[in-house]
Amino acid sequence: MSAETSAIAGLRARGWAVDPGAVTVALVLLGAAIFLLIGCLRSATFAQYTVQGIALGSVYGALALALVLVYRATHVINFAQGELAMLTTYIAYELMLKGLSYWAAFAATLAIAFVLGTLLQVTVIRPVQHSVIAVVIVTVGLFILIDGIVNWIWGGDFKSMPSPFGIDSFNVGGVVISHLYVGMVIVVLASVVLVWALFRFTKLGLGMRAAALRPAAAALVGVRVDSMLAIGWGLAAVLGAVAGLMAEPSQIFLSPTLMQPILVYAFAAAVLGGLESPVGALVGGLAIGVSLTLIVGYVPQNYIGTELQLPLAFAVLLLILLVKPAGLFGRREVRRV
Amino acid sequence: MTALLELEDVEARYGPVHVLHGISLAVEEGSVVAVLGPNGAGKTTTLRAVSGTVRRSGSIRFAGRPLKRVGPDGVARLGIAHVPEGRGTFSELTVWENLRLGAYTRRGSIQPELERVFTYFPWLADRRRQQAGTLSGGEQQMLALARAFVHRPRLLLLDEPSLGLAPVLVAELFRIVRELNEDEGLTVLVVEQNAHLALQAADAGYVLEAGRVVLSGSSDELRADDSVRRSYLGY
Repeated sequence: MSAETSAIAGLRARGWAVDPGAVTVALVLLGAAIFLLIGCLRSATFAQYTVQGIALGSVYGALALALVLVYRATHVINFAQGELAMLTTYIAYELMLKGLSYWAAFAATLAIAFVLGTLLQVTVIRPVQHSVIAVVIVTVGLFILIDGIVNWIWGGDFKSMPSPFGIDSFNVGGVVISHLYVGMVIVVLASVVLVWALFRFTKLGLGMRAAALRPAAAALVGVRVDSMLAIGWGLAAVLGAVAGLMAEPSQIFLSPTLMQPILVYAFAAAVLGGLESPVGALVGGLAIGVSLTLIVGYVPQNYIGTELQLPLAFAVLLLILLVKPAGLFGRREVRRV
Repeated sequence: MTALLELEDVEARYGPVHVLHGISLAVEEGSVVAVLGPNGAGKTTTLRAVSGTVRRSGSIRFAGRPLKRVGPDGVARLGIAHVPEGRGTFSELTVWENLRLGAYTRRGSIQPELERVFTYFPWLADRRRQQAGTLSGGEQQMLALARAFVHRPRLLLLDEPSLGLAPVLVAELFRIVRELNEDEGLTVLVVEQNAHLALQAADAGYVLEAGRVVLSGSSDELRADDSVRRSYLGY
């Protein structure tokens, strides 16, 4: 008996209903965690890469979560999610130029992002929402539109923003961990927990979940489904704004292409997580962030340089779609009659 | 008029398919009214016309107010709970979340409503954390009814509650509907294939055929009618 089947048998004996797929995923994740832990204990360089990967991965995860929120509600990928995040980062940049402190600009930007996301849903998505393909095309159009607007207003050159966490670092047993990475992870996790709590514990969140699961049935109990979808877009834009603001210091400069590679990593993360699963999006983001950082760190530059990071993410995407299309946390369609 | 719900010459269609050809019916406040008829007569569509989940024309008035321009969520907020065919429970959500959604249009605490619902469905209290999809078909139907009741509607639209249920559960379900009607004054418009049961629970009924009302009257009158007896009661 393999470790996996005996684990299932053990849990079943305690009266648990266990999905064999879920056990495999848990074992894979556990294995990955042990691998990372051992690596970190043995090598300071490895630990540094891992920490950096976790910080970048949390940003990918935040944007992946934004994609998942929209996907769950409407079964559409918002291709403009990354550009929207980039636009809101420019808005934060502008607010700071006007004299706001970093965190005041941060808070104001999240509020603006919410309004922007909601307005976009109402004005350009709602009129075409009866057709999935039309919505997808509109989001691609938004991508180009936002890109154009940002280039027109701010130009294509690099801007620099103040660093939210300074340039200091901790030294933990020889491993240098910059404040930036710790700050990124904390800010992203805090935003994710807040959004999760909103969905899990509030009446509004329940209405949003109901509207996403079964719009017709939700309307029958009095949920304003259209408003819920708009608010969902608003929340996704807020998560995107967090991702953009946290991505900027790790890229050092702000440019109109800030979020384009990150959108690809977020796609890969969302698909790896199963597209429908918020937890999956986060875990997927961390997995992509850590593995890309380690690969680029350890494989010599003449084999896989930073230039090949993007194609690598696409390769991961393709591999998941071929091997496990439902992703790590995706559910197979099971329906009781 | 004292009718809580009044339909006058209501027509409805799904795309090019005309389903209702001018339905007129009235539901008095505090009564249970059954809609009978063969498959495809337009019974379900009649309920959907009221809740606004199908495109309709003609006049629908609820408590004197026209529903013409009101969507499904607005109808729910006016105090109409629709338990659709196939129950409309959220199988991915917990029992408690389903009940909470039933009271979505209400403000403030729903504890009193929950307590009351648990007196009718005591087993729901123990299973409030359970995913609704793991309940049996009969339990889900009861949950759908409980959810509609937490809404505290003025009018309950009940679509084929007996569909796929064991006879003993069906009888239990209709007993509870009748009890709610007598104790709480709940007005009910119920669509049912099982004419025998429906007429037992109802004060009055309408018989639909091919999108038209072909017969109406009190339950006793309908039970005494030869054509109803032959077609729907089977004796």
